[in-house]
Amino acid sequence: MSHHIVEFKNVSFCYPDGTEALRDVSFRITHGESVGIIGANGAGKSTLLLHMNGYLMPTSGTVNIGDLFLTRQTRHEIRRKVGIVFQNPDDQLFMPTVYEDVAFGPLNLCLDETAVRARVEFALNLVNGLELKNKPPHHLSCGQKSAVAIAAVMAVEPDILAMDEPGANLDPRSRRLLINLLKTFQHSKIIASHDLDLIMDVCQRCIVIKEGNVVADGPVSAILTDKKLLEENNLELPLSLQGR
Amino acid sequence: MNFDEQYYNIGLIDQLSYKDTFVHRLDPRAKLIATLLFLFTVISFSKYEIAALLPFFLYPMLLMTIGEIPFMFILRKVILVSPFAVFIGIFNPLLDSEKIMIFNGLVISAGWISFLSIMIKFTLTVSTALLLIATTSFPGVCHGLRRLGLPSLFVSQLSFLYRYIFVLMEETMRIVRARNMRSYGERGKGMKVFVRIVGTLFMRTVERAERIYFAMLARGFQGDMPMLKRFRIKTADVIFIVFVLTFLYVFRFYPATQMLGRLVQGVIS
Repeated sequence: MSHHIVEFKNVSFCYPDGTEALRDVSFRITHGESVGIIGANGAGKSTLLLHMNGYLMPTSGTVNIGDLFLTRQTRHEIRRKVGIVFQNPDDQLFMPTVYEDVAFGPLNLCLDETAVRARVEFALNLVNGLELKNKPPHHLSCGQKSAVAIAAVMAVEPDILAMDEPGANLDPRSRRLLINLLKTFQHSKIIASHDLDLIMDVCQRCIVIKEGNVVADGPVSAILTDKKLLEENNLELPLSLQGR
Repeated sequence: MNFDEQYYNIGLIDQLSYKDTFVHRLDPRAKLIATLLFLFTVISFSKYEIAALLPFFLYPMLLMTIGEIPFMFILRKVILVSPFAVFIGIFNPLLDSEKIMIFNGLVISAGWISFLSIMIKFTLTVSTALLLIATTSFPGVCHGLRRLGLPSLFVSQLSFLYRYIFVLMEETMRIVRARNMRSYGERGKGMKVFVRIVGTLFMRTVERAERIYFAMLARGFQGDMPMLKRFRIKTADVIFIVFVLTFLYVFRFYPATQMLGRLVQGVIS
């Protein structure tokens, strides 16, 4: 399958208040690739992710997901292909119980009930969260919430997985479990994060964003060892490379 | 009143709904219908009625015992909201001063009787409603409402309210904590700061609502809340409804208290 691509061509985006968040961003992510998106706070990482399934529409330029160009008409189609996991799981878990939340996506795909149940159990099993299914989200720990948020997106079986800071708020063990989990996914993955070690473990390619521009795009091994480039972007060498 | 304590207290009602007793296992629809019927029956009594209302305490008591809900928990919640009822009835003794009863030499006006009646009705209705949620869980009640045919829009509003009241309270708790930590016992300039806190909360809520809406869109939301069927009416539910109906009918239309009293008198004499 060669059509799970994500292609940004000269994308610029301006928020209504005039803030220029993206300037002429271009890149192409091919099927099965794992790409880390890094950059300083406010560099435009989240804005970039919000373009992936049409929450924000580029002010100029085009976004191409699979074979579809992002327009207001194709948004719904594209949302089935791209699953986004948000930074704050509380924003994502909006149903009163875990089970209903994970079932929300599959139900919107108009699957029948047995298929929905199968998907919910599959997705919850994937993140080791099946025993949480009847709990309300406000009784979960942060790690559990993140796990459920991922399950909720996986239940839709997206072709492309986009994540915003997936490792934030997790304790080291949950973070490690998350990394192992991400490694098993065959999807194209796009991960925006400050956790460079996580990116080093999961991704092969890395895109650096600065003030809305792509300033570097290359293999993780080259970019995450480039101390000068990282420091220019308010980042530093991954802890595992610092050799203390 | 400490904000943190109040917050953890609300979560307790969910913990209670995780139990697995006969009452918890009943279909939410059955419990909803029973509760509604109960409320209407209690409200339908005249405003001077006291004796005939007393047997109705049996119903919440039974639910509480079988459902293993701590008595003190319900009592505390009832007291917490009781000011509303008190203010509704507090002027009755002044406005309605016709003397209708002499009890041990104490003259009691009709106003006091109607006030007492309001308080009894209030305790009955509120404790039953609380017990419904404590034995069904709020999501369960929402689910039942939806299955009973309430429009999906109302039900989703209700369940969002319940989902996010905790998030909102946590946010408030964090802001209040931050204020307390830096106001060194001065209660942080009072009103002025309070207004700002409310403003901040409002802005955060609006932003969060936007993010939530996007999260819904991202998972294919197109205007209608989907729903999985979770419950089926069982024999136990039917028996429960029939039992409640008989109970309500008997105590509404027969002066059961008087009959019982006469029976006891008859046995004694």
